[in-house]
Amino acid sequence: MTSACPACIAAPAAIELADIETGAKFSVPSLRCAACIGAIERHLAGVVGVREARVNATQKRVTVYSGLPDGDIVEELKSIGYDAFPLDAAALAQEHDPIGRDLILRMGVAGFAMMNVMLLSVAVWSGATDATRDLFHLISAMIALPAVIFSSRPFLVHAWQALRVRRLNMDVPISLAIILAAGMSLFEALHGGAHAYFDAALSLTFFLLIGRYLEHRTKSAARSAASELTALEVHTAQRKVGKSVETISISELNVGDLIVVHSGMRVPVDGRLQSTDAYTDRAFLTGESEPVHSAVGADLSAGEINLAAPFDMIATAIGEDTRLARIARLVETAEVARDSYTSLADKAARIYAPVVHLLAAASFLGWLIYDGDVRNAINVAIAVLIITCPCALGLAVPAVSTAAISRLYRLGFLVKSGTALERLASIQAMIFDKTGTLTAPGFSFDAGNLTQDQRAVAKALANGSSHPVSKALAAYLSDTQAADLDDFCEVPGCGVRATWRGQPVALGRASWLDGTGDDLCLQIGQACQPLVCEQKVLDGAETLAPALQAMAITSEIVSGDTEAKTASLARRIGVSNWRSTVSPEAKAAHVQQMAQSVHVCMVGDGINDTAALASATVSVAPGSALDASRNAADVVMIGDTLGKLPEVVSVARKTAMLSKQNFGIAILYNLIAVPIAVAGLATPLIAALAMSASSITVLLNAMRVKV
Amino acid sequence: MNILVVLIPVSLVLGLLGLVGFLWTIRARQYDDPLGEASRILLETETPQRTSAARTEQPGH
Repeated sequence: MTSACPACIAAPAAIELADIETGAKFSVPSLRCAACIGAIERHLAGVVGVREARVNATQKRVTVYSGLPDGDIVEELKSIGYDAFPLDAAALAQEHDPIGRDLILRMGVAGFAMMNVMLLSVAVWSGATDATRDLFHLISAMIALPAVIFSSRPFLVHAWQALRVRRLNMDVPISLAIILAAGMSLFEALHGGAHAYFDAALSLTFFLLIGRYLEHRTKSAARSAASELTALEVHTAQRKVGKSVETISISELNVGDLIVVHSGMRVPVDGRLQSTDAYTDRAFLTGESEPVHSAVGADLSAGEINLAAPFDMIATAIGEDTRLARIARLVETAEVARDSYTSLADKAARIYAPVVHLLAAASFLGWLIYDGDVRNAINVAIAVLIITCPCALGLAVPAVSTAAISRLYRLGFLVKSGTALERLASIQAMIFDKTGTLTAPGFSFDAGNLTQDQRAVAKALANGSSHPVSKALAAYLSDTQAADLDDFCEVPGCGVRATWRGQPVALGRASWLDGTGDDLCLQIGQACQPLVCEQKVLDGAETLAPALQAMAITSEIVSGDTEAKTASLARRIGVSNWRSTVSPEAKAAHVQQMAQSVHVCMVGDGINDTAALASATVSVAPGSALDASRNAADVVMIGDTLGKLPEVVSVARKTAMLSKQNFGIAILYNLIAVPIAVAGLATPLIAALAMSASSITVLLNAMRVKV
Repeated sequence: MNILVVLIPVSLVLGLLGLVGFLWTIRARQYDDPLGEASRILLETETPQRTSAARTEQPGH
């Protein structure tokens, strides 16, 4: 998926059919350009049965209104070169974003009102006096008051909620400043006063709503992407009723149902194996990469992947009773601890809110004592509140993190939690799970030193077994002609035996063939030839450790797999620290213990990593991980982006740096403007300048995270 | 200064017009897919939506 999109290369061709109802959503990751939109919409519109197809390029999705099964649409898209994945409509149901729209609406109203009032204010600033000034102030009041009341509602509500439980948050000084500015300006306008802060009240609301909206959009984008990942997982099972097989939702399964699990599918619920022996990938539970052999009658857990032939099983536990669900529940408790992290913005607000209130109160008292003029003292206090109001502070963090998160999304990373970037910026160590995180399912062999005969025998033996390693070996030796074997027999869990030209031959684990270790061996007569069966290392894993080292981050592999496998992988990717055969509890304990002295990032995919993911400072999971692990992780990698992990850390560090810089800029403005306000020299013009200039500087500075 | 009697209502109406336009863009869901809308202008022809008219081109593909 690294090349240009398919439509840029090949023009589409259309097929045709009739039309029916219901919209189905598909995720199309390779959708990139205008040509893709045209190609997909044109092609699908020509398909018989499709009423309408609409591409959303921002979300990389296609909504298709048709009566066709999802599989047909996926095929159609594949025929013009796009890989598409059906999305579960139920999981996407929560997608509508009324809060975001509400914020845009309020932002728009505040913005337009601000512009109009600003125009009128310019006239006042440039010297309008007497009746004209009063008229302009009154017109401003007419525009500003309804707009302020409508637009500042989110702040007023939050401030009230905080005050009711006797707490101070950032919204309290904001609300106070807005209310006082509008109220005092109205009073001044009615009494022919010289200064009215209507434009300040509005621009305050406007800038702060921008910050609020950016913050909201960051969160909702992460949420919608996370729900897309959930929707990607197939939540259906194949139930056997009599002779026919029906596809139903997992939630509709009952204990005692007969279920068919096809090759490559996950076991949907806990159950007992019924038809044939099975080989499954249980890495998500244990971390071991070896396929697990189960005999008829054995118990299988939900989440295991069928690596061999299709099998039937009887459901024994469903829904919340499955082992998977029980483990996932245990993990949720571990997550609470991390929620106590205080973000940079919150820390700033905690210091900031009391300081602003004290400052305003002090200037009020000071002026009251100095010249005894209540009206003047109130004016000064309000000017202080307006000028110190955290426009820039409210924008400082959201603007940077929004820009950073959208950049990471383009790199293939989904940041799920708002504070994840800040935590990521501080990490000093990275712990990797092995199976599924650094290695891919599948095996690679080294058969370069085999003779032609050995290859032929190996191929024939491998052909005769349904074990996943055998299948991989047969595929690896695809251009070899298989030898003729007799007396073929398979010993489950060990290997296969046969006779070739009168001598016994076998393929299986070394310990079974009078050797030592678990490696794959080929035996012909008495001679035993090891076939190195290595795990497939994911793209980018090799460059990971050196790149992290250069950023002063140590790497470590903690795996549930065997010592030999972990060691060989660690050597291959150049990681000197590794632990093997670690149980899920030990993994979590190890991470917890490390997290006490250094900031740890955990990267893992399985249920056995989930507790560790939750106890690390920050955690990353691949998109192929189970729901539970993805939910526990702060960052999810979409696609093969493992090699870009160091880049994510550097973006996070840059984000933290820019956020701090933004705070610096905001404070600098305050240092200049606050003395002016306290001295009673602030005019609405100075307030407007300080506010706009600091907000715009902060926004521009935030954009630097993209370069 | 009498010109203000005309100019102020005019500026208010223009501002209101802008606001109404903005509300319309929200209602018309124009912020749902900014990337897609920006690219669509590059498409040569309007994509055939809501057209059930059958077109005969190479079937099967």
